[in-house]
Amino acid sequence: MTNLIALICGLLFGLGLIISGMTEPEKVLGFLDLAGRWDPSLAFVMAGAVSVMALAYGIARHRSPAVNSRAATVDKNLLLGAAVFGIGWGLAGICPGPALVLLGTGSAKGAVFFLGLLGGMGLFERWAKYRNTRS
Amino acid sequence: MMIDWQHFTWPAALLGGLLIGIAAAAFMLLNGRVAGISGILGGLLRWQAQDRAWRVAFLMGLVLAPLLYSSARQMPDIPIGASYPLLLVAGMLVGFGTRLGNGCTSGHGICGVARGSLRSWVATGVFMGVGIVTVYVVRHGLGYWA
Repeated sequence: MTNLIALICGLLFGLGLIISGMTEPEKVLGFLDLAGRWDPSLAFVMAGAVSVMALAYGIARHRSPAVNSRAATVDKNLLLGAAVFGIGWGLAGICPGPALVLLGTGSAKGAVFFLGLLGGMGLFERWAKYRNTRS
Repeated sequence: MMIDWQHFTWPAALLGGLLIGIAAAAFMLLNGRVAGISGILGGLLRWQAQDRAWRVAFLMGLVLAPLLYSSARQMPDIPIGASYPLLLVAGMLVGFGTRLGNGCTSGHGICGVARGSLRSWVATGVFMGVGIVTVYVVRHGLGYWA
């Protein structure tokens, strides 16, 4: 059942990405291009998704107040990781969710980006393991 | 600042965003998981991969979404401007960066921001800011590609 729910949620998520325009790299780059002709559409994607999700967190907290109360601090890895991600996102206009959807469209360029994505994640795992054995 | 009215499609963007939110909300309320794509995918690449089945199921949903979409409407033709080598490099940066920073546009940008997590607000500010600077340098700073 858990897996069926996961599949349906993935499908819905992917449909949302397609309808919203997040799977169109040129549209994403148009949003990030403040100095050019700016396309504010993606702000509406975030607003829509975040408002539904905020409501859901409200329900989850009501069910169990302990939900999501873990304290976490901003550290070097978070800042560095987000910055590296930002460079890649700005270069191609593709983030991980849309990369999977583009893979499903059969796009060769989408597949190459996805290969890079897997490579980068695999590299991280190797590096993380190396880091752990050293410390 | 000049707004690109021709490409500004806020109703579709809002509708798609609501769908993304519903999917992420259902995933959290029913399965108790955060719909963070980089974390779900990255978890499969761990040395001891954890709970493979639901991860694969969710990712399959994303991959199959264009098929479902095209059963109702024609899938739009999606041009990708970046060259193959650039896409490979960008993909690697996105893969490494999202794992190091523990999240991407979905995990930090939607779920974390909605939860009011400081880490996610900071991460989202950083990747958006750096993305904006990157696009500026590529399109306007170096004088090619635009």
